[in-house]
Amino acid sequence: MYRQAKWDEPLIFELSKPGRVGYTMPGPIEDIDVEIPTELARKELNLPELSEPEVVKHYTHLSEMNYGVDSGIYPLGSCTMKYNPKINEEIAGHPKIAFLHPYQDEKTVQGALQIMWELEQWLKEITGMDRFTLQPAAGANGEFTGVMIIRAYHLDRGDTKRTEILVPDSAHGTNPASAAMAGFKVVEIPSNEQGMVDLEALESALSDKTAGLMLTNPNTLGIFEEDILKIAEMVHEAGGLLYYDGANLNGILGKVRPGDMGFDIVHLNLHKTFSTPHGGGGPGSGPVGVKEFLKDYLPVPVVEFDGERYYLNYDLPKTIGKVKEFYGNFAVMVRALVYLKIMGKQGLKEAGEVAVLNANYLTQKLKGTKGYDLPHKELRKHEVVFSAEPMKKETGVSALDVAKRLLDHGLHAPTIYFPLIVHEALMIEPTESATKEELDYYVLVLKKISEEAYNELEKVKDAPHNTAVRRVDDVLATKRPIITWKMYKELKERGEVDF
Amino acid sequence: MGNHYIPNSVHKEEMLREIGFSSAEELFSDVPKEVLRGFNLPSGKSEYEVFLEMNRILEKNKSVLEMPSFLGAGTYFHYIPAHVRYLIERSEFLTAYTPYQPEISQGMLQALFEYQSLIGELVGLEIVNASMYDWGSALGEAARMAARFTKKNRFIVPKALSPEKKMTLETYVEGADIEIEYIPWGTNGQLDIEKLKESAEGAAGVYVEIPNFFGLIEEQIRAIGEIAHDAKALFVVGADPTSLGILEAPGKYGADIVIGEAAFFGNPMNFGGPRAGFFAVRNDKKLIRQMPGRIIGMTRDREGKRAFVMALQTREQHIRRAKATSNICSNEALVAVAAAIHIATLGPRGLRELGEVILKNTAYFKKRINKVGEIPFDGINFKDVLVSFEIPYDVIHERLLEKNIHGGYYIGKHFPELGESALFAVTETTRKEWIDDLISALEEIINEAEL
Repeated sequence: MYRQAKWDEPLIFELSKPGRVGYTMPGPIEDIDVEIPTELARKELNLPELSEPEVVKHYTHLSEMNYGVDSGIYPLGSCTMKYNPKINEEIAGHPKIAFLHPYQDEKTVQGALQIMWELEQWLKEITGMDRFTLQPAAGANGEFTGVMIIRAYHLDRGDTKRTEILVPDSAHGTNPASAAMAGFKVVEIPSNEQGMVDLEALESALSDKTAGLMLTNPNTLGIFEEDILKIAEMVHEAGGLLYYDGANLNGILGKVRPGDMGFDIVHLNLHKTFSTPHGGGGPGSGPVGVKEFLKDYLPVPVVEFDGERYYLNYDLPKTIGKVKEFYGNFAVMVRALVYLKIMGKQGLKEAGEVAVLNANYLTQKLKGTKGYDLPHKELRKHEVVFSAEPMKKETGVSALDVAKRLLDHGLHAPTIYFPLIVHEALMIEPTESATKEELDYYVLVLKKISEEAYNELEKVKDAPHNTAVRRVDDVLATKRPIITWKMYKELKERGEVDF
Repeated sequence: MGNHYIPNSVHKEEMLREIGFSSAEELFSDVPKEVLRGFNLPSGKSEYEVFLEMNRILEKNKSVLEMPSFLGAGTYFHYIPAHVRYLIERSEFLTAYTPYQPEISQGMLQALFEYQSLIGELVGLEIVNASMYDWGSALGEAARMAARFTKKNRFIVPKALSPEKKMTLETYVEGADIEIEYIPWGTNGQLDIEKLKESAEGAAGVYVEIPNFFGLIEEQIRAIGEIAHDAKALFVVGADPTSLGILEAPGKYGADIVIGEAAFFGNPMNFGGPRAGFFAVRNDKKLIRQMPGRIIGMTRDREGKRAFVMALQTREQHIRRAKATSNICSNEALVAVAAAIHIATLGPRGLRELGEVILKNTAYFKKRINKVGEIPFDGINFKDVLVSFEIPYDVIHERLLEKNIHGGYYIGKHFPELGESALFAVTETTRKEWIDDLISALEEIINEAEL
């Protein structure tokens, strides 16, 4: 069983020994004296002093107290933690990528532009869209791009009263946040008992103020929005645009295309569906695709190919501008293209299919276990949301406790308390990378936790026992924030912290 | 045949049967028939074939290792010690998600806390978030934050701003009804303080960069801060962190917010991305409440042991939804950790030396380039130097490229008033022979043009 290291690793500042050196710097070309005015000259710089081996040991110790996809199953719902092929890293680390400046003459970066152009062709066919920007740095940055395009489109047509974006109550928090950032009023649409968009509620929310609807399909319950064609028709009839949140594309990969379902704009998460590693929180990449009638609004530049050469096109008169510097997270795009080329048509279809099979296999195996409820319909796509509400009511064991107890077994927890419409939510997304044995074991442990909840309560309430630290006090972290070493040092000196 | 990334592709039948499904199609019975379709995509290939194919594509690139380059203007060729990449490619860091489960993610959380701490020491502020997408988006967020904080809607920036940052900023504020006001540069290429004085009243924030887009140290930066504060605007400083071993920490001269590009440390240029914007604010509860992005805090576990966790999350989108301070979710965590490892490796002495070497190399470049071009703004340059020529810069650029030298970044497109000028950049990686070869090549090109 996976066991984390427990290093009691000091902060790097605490490891500092005055005078130690961790680098060699090339000398200056010529020792020219340049004077910085005294009031602008650096007075003090309190950084740690360590040799290179000490730096390496420190970060190696830290890595040993962190769980990744390569450590074991990581079924974090809506995050699509699939295996990150190592060949991706090998290619992305190439010097002809690392040592490219973004302003280099196009003649010297034809390979880089070809990679971007080829990736766009793949994404267009996978989603059924007509044009892509690869600029957004992550999903939320892509959402912001998408809603800014919606805004520009309506304003461009002189349609100034479309001030509302509709968002289902099961949506990722980034959807309403992105819409608000673009200046829209957010209108929440409730879900029905099946866990899908309530069509009556949608109908009454739609009006000539509607700029668009942001929809995740399969949604965050892992349920395919069966009425999608009707929804598209309704939104379009009201004059709105339909936006696809691609966080859950893995659930229909190689099977259905958002473009064919009536979506006008999509964002994708290369760090989810397309196997690029998430790096403990980023870098991601959130390309945005649009239908033909919206392509002039895309951020600049887009990559063009005239049959002989690739080039950057800044000439989009209706562009929303830029949402990020340069062309996006290029090294992430490289990884995604390598993955696509290896997987191909059959591989992608297989990924989508097995991701869905794994989620349904887990659903059926866990269903009926005491303490876990399965609200909404049974057939899921890539993920499933169980509710630990019965367990909470009957024993006091919450979704949080279940999550912590899973960690004790060397398993990563599901996403918890999301979507907000399921109480005590356990949102499980195994992905196609999980083995049958891992799924069986995950179910076994969830069942064991249920037994513990009803019989040996303390084991669950006290969890985790086996991790690098015991249950973390996150309330204290917000009540008395310690954000940097400097803050910590001062509190420590005043005797206000004892850790 | 099974797929080598998908273990259960050989167990599909058996698993389907076990859960009572007759076929894989049944798993998709909820999808309307009319949209289920075939895909027109290429077939998959072996890893070896893709390895060869990608290498052939990459052959078409010419990196700055194969051609001396003087490009800068917001992205610079710095040398990254080899151990940085080794460490961030440890799969426990590389393949982790956002640390939602702190007990099993202490490594990444502590590494990010240390990143915040190291940036905090560099910029002289106590509150730092765990990264934004890049400097440009950090600027957009800073403008929005200043407007929220002061409840005013005009944000002042220098006209001498990189087109990347300018365009990103303008998109970021578009939906928030914030007006951006551009303050021109004076005759010395630095911010025109008199113009700023006329505009500062009623502004939400005043943003200034050090060094500025022309590579010049803003020598009046303290005065600029005072003007901002006199007008009750937030004083926002954008700092190149590689200069902070020799330049004063902006927090020490009154900055309320300091932003910049963390990826100048620890990360290669990668054709412009990924990068990571750092974002720091004064230790003020009201400012913290308006801050965008994830913040890692130190706390304790139930046994009283030191531990780390995501803190102050009530500002964020997953809790506040439409009322969040920003929509950012995934940030640039691993880029930030790489930067932290590099900064920790350099230490105080390395940071100072890095700044000094860049300063001296830039001075050497200026001394030599004087013979072939004009330097319109004389001041203290760090990395970038604006150089003007009497012949069209595109002619110079093409001829340099033929001689296997990549010249500077042509600036005339965005700043026509500066004529045939380009920003040439120098760092600690620049070699003497590169500069000497550049000067000879420029002499030759200019002579040819005069004939």
